[in-house]
Amino acid sequence: MEFGLSQDQLLLDDSVRKFLSAEVPLDAVRSLAAGEGSDASVWRGLADMGLAGVLIPEAHGGAEMGMLDTVVIAEALGYAACPGPFLSTAVMASFLLKEAGATDPLARMAAGEYRVGIAFSDVIGARKGQVTESDSKLSGQSLFAFDAEADAYLVALADGQVLMIEASEVARAPLTTIDKTRSVCELTFDASPACLVTDDMALVKQTILRGRAVQAADTLGAAQYMLDQAVAYSLERKQFNRVVGSFQAVKHMCAEMASQLEPCRAFTWYAGHAFDERVDDAALTACHAKAHLAEVGQFVAKTSTEVHGGMGFTDLMGLHFWFKRIGFNRQLLGSPEAVRHEAAVLQGLCD
Amino acid sequence: MDLTYGADYDAFREEVKAFIRDHKHRQPQPGDGLRSQALKDWQSVLIEHGYHSRTVPRDYGGYGAEPDIIKSRIISEEFGAERVHRGFNGQGVTMLTPVLLEMGTEEQKQAFVSPTINAEIIWCQGYSEPGAGSDLASLTTKAELDGDEWVINGQKIWTSTAHHADWMFCLVRTEPDAPKHLGISFLLFRMDTPGIEIRPLVDMTGDANFNEVFFTDVRVPKNQIIGERGQGWQVANAVLGHERGSLATPDAATNRLNGVKRLMREESISGQPIIDNPVFRDRLMRLEGRVLAMQYNDMRLLSAKINKNQDVRLAKMIVKLIGTELRHEIECLGIDVMGEIGLSYGDNPHVKGLGSWQYQYMFYLGLIIGGGTSQIQKNIISERGLGMPKEPKISAAEKVAKGA
Repeated sequence: MEFGLSQDQLLLDDSVRKFLSAEVPLDAVRSLAAGEGSDASVWRGLADMGLAGVLIPEAHGGAEMGMLDTVVIAEALGYAACPGPFLSTAVMASFLLKEAGATDPLARMAAGEYRVGIAFSDVIGARKGQVTESDSKLSGQSLFAFDAEADAYLVALADGQVLMIEASEVARAPLTTIDKTRSVCELTFDASPACLVTDDMALVKQTILRGRAVQAADTLGAAQYMLDQAVAYSLERKQFNRVVGSFQAVKHMCAEMASQLEPCRAFTWYAGHAFDERVDDAALTACHAKAHLAEVGQFVAKTSTEVHGGMGFTDLMGLHFWFKRIGFNRQLLGSPEAVRHEAAVLQGLCD
Repeated sequence: MDLTYGADYDAFREEVKAFIRDHKHRQPQPGDGLRSQALKDWQSVLIEHGYHSRTVPRDYGGYGAEPDIIKSRIISEEFGAERVHRGFNGQGVTMLTPVLLEMGTEEQKQAFVSPTINAEIIWCQGYSEPGAGSDLASLTTKAELDGDEWVINGQKIWTSTAHHADWMFCLVRTEPDAPKHLGISFLLFRMDTPGIEIRPLVDMTGDANFNEVFFTDVRVPKNQIIGERGQGWQVANAVLGHERGSLATPDAATNRLNGVKRLMREESISGQPIIDNPVFRDRLMRLEGRVLAMQYNDMRLLSAKINKNQDVRLAKMIVKLIGTELRHEIECLGIDVMGEIGLSYGDNPHVKGLGSWQYQYMFYLGLIIGGGTSQIQKNIISERGLGMPKEPKISAAEKVAKGA
């Protein structure tokens, strides 16, 4: 019995974090947020480490790792507020295409040369816009599709059909959100030709659940960064001739963040592991992990900012990039309330 | 990550299941008290088969098994699943016995361990005092040596089971001139010793779960001390570490949460089952997410006991704080689900679950405070877990200036 990360997973975590601290410092996040440059070189670097193909079989050039490995990577990406299409291309699209037997794009995806975005809002609960299909042609609108730079998109319809469409066939408008470390866009279809990948709603749901476990891990990483920053800042900043971290009011804020966040580590690992080894638990755990991390993440994001005092509110510290990333994760792939409702449905508490 | 226990442990689990099947009918029934023969008989059966005092050496009346955390876990899981009585586990069993085995003399072990684990001696713990709660080491109940006897004067509070107990294990100040942590000794004495007065302390639940105990010239033989004079604080700390984690287990939280689910199916407002009410359901699901986080945290802690290279210090420190607050909220939801029926208590004919929801709601508030308050826990977490500085000591000059 061993509940924890293997030596290989610890090495993976270490190498990803080393890469990110060298290649994605705060300045890089800042200039990307200002609209200068793109995430292409970071994504290429991650692909060179095998991360773009984390779920892609070796036969198609991938690393063929498990979901626990995937959440370990996601936590490190969240910690660095790393931009790029990990969630869309490396997790959701890779899984869905592989399971649907649509393996052609996988090798190029694993190499970091082909980005496949996710336009699933019709199945997750669209607030606005809808996509319809007729004769393998798509019409309508999908909002908040992830990755505004993708080469192609997987578009899910309300009935569970998923079609793949090249970006060149779609009118695409990037959407500005609070989170500048991830890109989303609005896709408008006008009898645009697309290719059916699957009509299996269960597969679509499995794909979304994997995305949720990864979102939970991303929030865990981002929140851990904010906690670490809060503690470090409180030990530097002096008022009344003392570091502010020596005041109980501040210590207790930090202790509350740590107390809520620490159990999330085991929770997130288990959420990943369940997809690999305990599949009966996977759906419920993924929903609960996503919703729970959304709540804990929100608490840590607010509290860490408060520990930083006025500086936390400024742009100078850059802390707000993590605050916003956590906020983005909260809504993406289902708000906490929506996901908890699914958790209740999954155990037969309601329809 | 490997969450299987392996073939040997699977076989052990079957043994435990077989024991439960064959012996379950002998367990004590509700109403069999601390002193009942039924409890004592059950206790012997459990010890004989290794389901109680499992690692206590045979020489002292235990089962004598090597410590095996997974076997202990399997026993807990199976007894829990079948709701089988775990035997008597008072403070003498859980807290004093490990101390005796580690620090007691051979004579003390022979005298006390076997009667303690067999529920023949019931113990109470004399630690907290009116002026020494969070700052326990400042306790002032004193013991002075007079010939071959300690003479004890002072007062203890929060002494659970004092009114049932035969003996007390007690922290007293024996070295008044030593620094506060080095002036304490760990004494054992009979509760019928002249000079001991017990006053029940009725708490907000309406029960007297605790007592105050007063000592007036209580004379105790000199050799009834564990460890040396002045070592009592080390002894007590080893024991308190054990107490904190056991106050709020995730398994118990899961059981209570499942109880809330049952209530939500049974209860309705104007004909609508509560489970169909999305507001209540969201509260339930939110708590379930928190319980799951603690369950997996607990699996990580279990794993670290086997795999010594895993660092789980922070994961362990937070259990008492988060676990007790979580239980309080679970009990609160149970009450809210029942609405005005949830107010029922005591002999009210409409009371549900024997009034346990209100009772536990209040009792867990007691546990948020007891065993190291939530605020003390946060100090520990920030200082030992996050490396933040201790509260600066007020200098002697400032004390004078403030009139302290």
